[in-house]
Amino acid sequence: MRMYKVLPLFLAVLALMALATGALASDPHAAAAAANMTSAAHAAGEAAVPASATPWWVWPLVLFVVTFVLGILAVLGGVGGGVLFVPIIGGFFPFHIDFVRGAGLLVALAGALAAGPGLLKRNLASLRLAMPVAVIASAAAIGGALVGLALPANLIQTLLGSAIIFIVIIMAVAKKSDFPNVPKPDNLSAALGMMGIYREESIGKDVEWHVHRTPKALLTFVLIGFMAGMFGLGAGWANVPVLNLMMGAPLKISVATSKFLLSITDTSAAWIFINKGAVLPMMVVPSLVGIMLGSLIGVKILAKTKPKAIKWMVIVLLLFAGVRALLKGLGIWP
Amino acid sequence: MEKLTTKASEEQLLYAKLLSIGTWIGLAVLVITFFLYVSGVLEPVIPIDRLPSLWTMKATDYMHAENLPHGWGWVSLAGHGDFVNFIGVVMLSGLTVVCYLAILPIFIRKKDKAFIIMAVVEILILVLAASGILTAGGH
Repeated sequence: MRMYKVLPLFLAVLALMALATGALASDPHAAAAAANMTSAAHAAGEAAVPASATPWWVWPLVLFVVTFVLGILAVLGGVGGGVLFVPIIGGFFPFHIDFVRGAGLLVALAGALAAGPGLLKRNLASLRLAMPVAVIASAAAIGGALVGLALPANLIQTLLGSAIIFIVIIMAVAKKSDFPNVPKPDNLSAALGMMGIYREESIGKDVEWHVHRTPKALLTFVLIGFMAGMFGLGAGWANVPVLNLMMGAPLKISVATSKFLLSITDTSAAWIFINKGAVLPMMVVPSLVGIMLGSLIGVKILAKTKPKAIKWMVIVLLLFAGVRALLKGLGIWP
Repeated sequence: MEKLTTKASEEQLLYAKLLSIGTWIGLAVLVITFFLYVSGVLEPVIPIDRLPSLWTMKATDYMHAENLPHGWGWVSLAGHGDFVNFIGVVMLSGLTVVCYLAILPIFIRKKDKAFIIMAVVEILILVLAASGILTAGGH
């Protein structure tokens, strides 16, 4: 499949985003609804997001369609659903960023839970590699979620926009290594047995792997976990480079372990959002079903397409969403 | 230390099995309860057509405006269309703790001290997050 065949998907996302923004902007009751915002929200510096007179059922329906397309693009672009979901839905839909992040975490969590069993069974995701990292990242994610829910929406949008632009840069410039050279495992990883063997079908060989720089990587996962909890993004965009380039795990092990790791990290942050009331089933279920169905279709398309071209399309989409979040947070493009 | 093989370890396979079963049950519950919600079979606490005026609010303001309970308070409202959905959400969110509890005896049997400690610490972290203690009083 050539790039132009996937272009309609890309345009569909843009059109639906424009539709969502347009429906909000043309709403005659917007000003009145905005006036109904609680004084507490204004006092906290919240951006006044107007309520919509659009029938309620339009939103879950559009959400389902957008997340279905995002699910396809996420697989083709090699990114997690959460990292696309939060900036795009947060930037172009009327939902408060608290609910978007809550839904984003559950979307990323469901994807990780669904992928985890297969990756663990095939010994591509490593429990021994994931568990030490998970302790650090999940504790940090709780801190991130608590801080994130305490901050005003405009500040979160600004930080989110900055984070997304940073992620875009990482995606654009970070190199990956199929089999990084790890001369010797460090003492900590050796003591914990953070090593393994897997069957690499592409070369028909068993590949033995171990990791190094574990203490440094664990410190990095404090930051990654915090950001995952704060923005509800999932963290595959950061997990993979750290596991692969910093620790030296083979790329397949890094990608699979990262995906599995999200099921633990996102769980801890998701509980904070659930307990704080930042989870709306009307948003969560259509998004979750949409992105999972889209991912299934994406896997089928992936076999026939050129992932590199799609990756750049996703990067552009993400950059656009990041700039939108930044400008929304700064009040330049409300 | 166990001899390395290309086969997944006993605890990894058990984790995978439980994760697989739990995920699909959780997702099925989520979809079924959502149908009960939007079809009106179960009356919601918050009328669906009022949601667009609420989902623009900060979560704490939304909870305050509707006088909704924090933490596990939703359980008392689980007979309503909107809150019955939390059963599926909680099943998916609680799955990791269940998997850790299941593999802990294997680490104990293998006398893998570091991983016993890590599993226990992870369980404590997740239970603490789920308990609502950390979010209490945040009204």
